[in-house]
Amino acid sequence: MSTPSSAARPLPKVAARRRGQPPGDAPRRRRIRPTTWAGLAFIAPMAIYFCVFYVYPLYENVSMSLHRFTRATFVTGAAPFVGTTIYTEVTNSPLFVPTVIQTAIFVIVSLVFQYTIGLGLAVFFRRHFPLSEVLRALFLVPWLLPIIVSATTWQWMMDAENGIINRFLGVFGMDPIWWLNNDHSLWAVVIANIWLGIPFNLVILYSGLQNISADLYEAAAIDGASAWRQFWSITFPLLKPVTAITLLLGFVYTLKVVDIIWIMSMGTGSSQTLATWAYAMAFGKGSSSVIRYSQAAVVGTVLLVVALIMGFVYLFVQRRQEER
Amino acid sequence: MNTVHRAWWKTAIGLVLTAAMLFPLYWMINVSFTERSAIRNADLFPRAFTVENYQVVLSSQLPYLGTSVLIGLGTVAVTLVISAPAAYALSKLHVPGHRVINFMLIVAQMIPAVVMALGFYTIYSNLGVLNSVYGLILADSTIAVPFGVMLFSAFMASIPKELLEAAEIDGASYWRTFWSVVLPVSRNSAVTVGLFAFLWAWSDFLFASTLNREGGNLRPITMGLYDFIGSQNQEWGPLMAAAVVASIPTAILLIVAQRYVAAGITAGAVKD
Repeated sequence: MSTPSSAARPLPKVAARRRGQPPGDAPRRRRIRPTTWAGLAFIAPMAIYFCVFYVYPLYENVSMSLHRFTRATFVTGAAPFVGTTIYTEVTNSPLFVPTVIQTAIFVIVSLVFQYTIGLGLAVFFRRHFPLSEVLRALFLVPWLLPIIVSATTWQWMMDAENGIINRFLGVFGMDPIWWLNNDHSLWAVVIANIWLGIPFNLVILYSGLQNISADLYEAAAIDGASAWRQFWSITFPLLKPVTAITLLLGFVYTLKVVDIIWIMSMGTGSSQTLATWAYAMAFGKGSSSVIRYSQAAVVGTVLLVVALIMGFVYLFVQRRQEER
Repeated sequence: MNTVHRAWWKTAIGLVLTAAMLFPLYWMINVSFTERSAIRNADLFPRAFTVENYQVVLSSQLPYLGTSVLIGLGTVAVTLVISAPAAYALSKLHVPGHRVINFMLIVAQMIPAVVMALGFYTIYSNLGVLNSVYGLILADSTIAVPFGVMLFSAFMASIPKELLEAAEIDGASYWRTFWSVVLPVSRNSAVTVGLFAFLWAWSDFLFASTLNREGGNLRPITMGLYDFIGSQNQEWGPLMAAAVVASIPTAILLIVAQRYVAAGITAGAVKD
């Protein structure tokens, strides 16, 4: 019965580990068991890999956010330590607050629509009908394609003058929308991102639906519950744990999106989010213009902290599910 | 009678929904087969049919495609070599601190690629390995390794204890058990992990655009496509043809290895 908070306190954790050992195991003085040696040997490549390819780059990122890096730094190696100065600079920047708001809109609107559409489709595909499996498999295609392919296609579909979307809207007498100009680009990338995220939501929610017993629906049907009532009284409540995981993962994956936005609008105008801002400051302008590695690293570190927190939340949600 | 009728009614709705979902892909293929002069007409099918766009693409994009295949296969190799033994250790042997490792694997999948790219960029720049194929292979493998470890260990945990004990009684070492028993049994998982590693490396834009932007022909197809966007802004026909070509491996893998794709999705369902 370990609570998630116990992970932060060392004592119960040691106790838990001891308890996990098989009964009759000799006191700790004993030699390390052969399976432990073997375990260490087999995990060693990944442990080294993890240190070199995750810990080291992340350390570099955090260190860069505390030092003033310029383009010259890569030649001279000189980057003075400035503490949290750059953090203050970034948060005081006039771009900071609008970017945070746009990021919030991008993430929340994407999540709401991805989830509701994904859930609707999952419920729809749950009833087996001819071709249902083939059609469900086809829904995954957009998810597996390179994002640059999808993004480019959306860009052309949203072309103001010749794009198919404006043509379509024109049929209903609507004026063409300049989808990718500064004011509207946020909505353009939100629409494309919702489209990209539907398959992911469909897959997870569909597998969640599979775990709900059909007996419940039969019983409800006998009691005369309508389909709508069945959804609200059975499907939705029982799907809550899966919903939590779906939204949590969706949040993390949406927060870190760069490519779809960058390819469609280069993060211009209202479509700039924290992730694309970091990308633009470090890599966006090419070699000629001002490069702000340290500022990018500050934004990156903020995103990293959010990812860490979400990792803990994920563990918490998962553990609570297992306890049930 | 009534149920059959209702079932077909649902199939009809399903077809409409799928068509709506896949419309952008249809549109990409449609434009790719349309003559330049007719693209702005936005016909619903390629009335002015041409394959010229594909000739343009194939003459310029082939080297990028080759590089992408190389990077994809390299990423698959690195991912399998790192993740399979680690999963064996986590699921069948005793590893101190395995809870912490599991937590790190979860967080590793959540780290924004742009943060990783920034760190890699400074390190690669110091080491002088920017714009190299193997640098990109190693960076791309960071997307797939945590997924690989988790998928492998979920499967390996289900291997019956008796099977491994039998090998032990026969006097097999841990390495021998891993190589001759665990790995052959885990073949399907290996295909799934390899498949996703390849697809993600093939689709990667972020690492390619930051760590390998000046690699010339030794850059992947995503960068070839990206150049196309910049240099030929008005040439939507060839651009869409290039997009179709870049999608071909995904389509092939989806058709040929659908079983493994489904397995990977239900097991992990993780992607950037």
